[in-house]
Amino acid sequence: MSARTHMPIGQEAVDSKGWVGAHRYLLMRRASQVFFLALFLLGPWFGIWIVEGTLAGSLTLGVLPLTDPFILLQSFVAGHWPEMTALIGGLIVLVTYALIGGRVYCSWVCPINPVTDAANWVHRKLDLPKGWQPKRGTRLWILAAILLVSGLSGVIAWELINPITMLHRGLVFGMGFVWAMIASIFVFDVVVSRHGWCGHLCPVGAFYGLIGSKSLLRVSATNRAACDDCMDCYAVCPENQVISPALKGKPGTTPLILSPDCTNCGRCIDVCAVDVFNFTHRFDDHVVQPSDPVAAPEPRAARPI
Amino acid sequence: MSLADKPLSPQRRRFLQDSARAAGGCVVAGTVLAYLARDARALPAEALRPPGALPEKEFLSACIRCGLCVRDCPYDTLKLAELGSDGVATGTPFFTARDIPCEMCDDIPCVAACPTGALDPGLDNIDDAEMGVAVLVDQENCLNFLGLRCDVCYRVCPVIDEAITLETAHNTRSGHHALFIPTVHADRCTGCGMCEKSCVLPEAAIKVLPTRLARGSSAEHYRRGWEEKAAKGAPVVEGIIDLPDRLPGPGTDNLVTPGGFAPGYDLPGAGQ
Repeated sequence: MSARTHMPIGQEAVDSKGWVGAHRYLLMRRASQVFFLALFLLGPWFGIWIVEGTLAGSLTLGVLPLTDPFILLQSFVAGHWPEMTALIGGLIVLVTYALIGGRVYCSWVCPINPVTDAANWVHRKLDLPKGWQPKRGTRLWILAAILLVSGLSGVIAWELINPITMLHRGLVFGMGFVWAMIASIFVFDVVVSRHGWCGHLCPVGAFYGLIGSKSLLRVSATNRAACDDCMDCYAVCPENQVISPALKGKPGTTPLILSPDCTNCGRCIDVCAVDVFNFTHRFDDHVVQPSDPVAAPEPRAARPI
Repeated sequence: MSLADKPLSPQRRRFLQDSARAAGGCVVAGTVLAYLARDARALPAEALRPPGALPEKEFLSACIRCGLCVRDCPYDTLKLAELGSDGVATGTPFFTARDIPCEMCDDIPCVAACPTGALDPGLDNIDDAEMGVAVLVDQENCLNFLGLRCDVCYRVCPVIDEAITLETAHNTRSGHHALFIPTVHADRCTGCGMCEKSCVLPEAAIKVLPTRLARGSSAEHYRRGWEEKAAKGAPVVEGIIDLPDRLPGPGTDNLVTPGGFAPGYDLPGAGQ
């Protein structure tokens, strides 16, 4: 086992499924990130106005309003009741992410994700220690603090520093010194804290995690009996605390990854050579029974330490 | 049973410690954020908000910084503030009159585009916009004040003869010409900035300022006697005695200098 855990992450999956097969969801995710960014950039760059605005608020084809519900929430708290257009836009976004998983926004849309993914790639290449790891709940505290500051100051507080909308607006309208902020997040994630920004601090991710906590679309360790403990899924998962309850659950427990922290990025599906994981809905909790007549060894707990 | 007798749970202790740490960190981060929020309200004087913008404090609670107003501005007047370079709260819309003034579109597309009401949809007539107030800030360099007939600010004003009028005054320098003084009437001025944009001087002598800087305010208890009198159609104070006026010159009741005004008495501004 130790030989396998020392192989490059995902090597077995590449060997068995081919490079494309072992990067399917990663490629789709990058395509999705480019697609959503391109929608916003086609207008200002090529004069093709499909989507106007930014991730904070947009208008698609002149009819479909979309608004970031977290910004709207801060606006409420700051004492402004938005007009109907913004409310409808916020509701559409809210319902969508409540169904497909709140943090799908993080891994499939957010323009900061490629930055922190790149930072993590460098971090792994340099084989750096994971560094400062604040609790995963820290972002919820930050979320609460932001709502408090919004309420007390009467200003949509997080938009003063939100790197997501700043980067996006920077690309669509004009950068200013936003690049410096993005560079500092990159450095933070490389040197100071593994998965530091998206995985521990970002309150936008925390908010989307909360709204998607009962979402339908889920990753399930349906085939968990086949797991050979190579640990690759733990290595690629940006929120790897979500895996164990599903993958290492005792018989009878759900194989579904139900934590709101899961971003539905699908990297665990990619990287697994024995195809333990798959996308499914939250009511599908069936587990594939091992076809092998010999019972699979009891995971971890049964093993002498 | 005293506190000391209770077995203290290590989980409880840890929970309290963790919560205290998180709360402490949030107080620090929140304080920094609150300072930023305060700073965000300091709008530079030359940055003007789009028509219908709520007062600055409410504006920052309502504007989600989406840029839809900027997109729908047909004259590229509006810009979104860039981080660290414009001095305006990042991502919020503004314009600089001297660069591109507001053309005061009849259909006010920027207000129509705003999804949140940060630009007040109640603004249906662009002439009612209050983006700022033009002030003739430099009377020493304004060509009209020097006695020339520049008049450009007056000519370009979209609310000509209401927001800016030319008021004649005697030109004491030449002694026999008129000055045509551009005079802003704040209640009609929309703050569009056409005058500032068009001022022919290298640095505009007329500038649009935020209303808070451009205007004073009258004390609430002040009454203008002549207006009260006109409204009432009679003197406000009943039974007032009309004393004879002490006019200078012979044959009046000027007791100080009978027969005329004192030669040594200079009225302010009348000196040679």
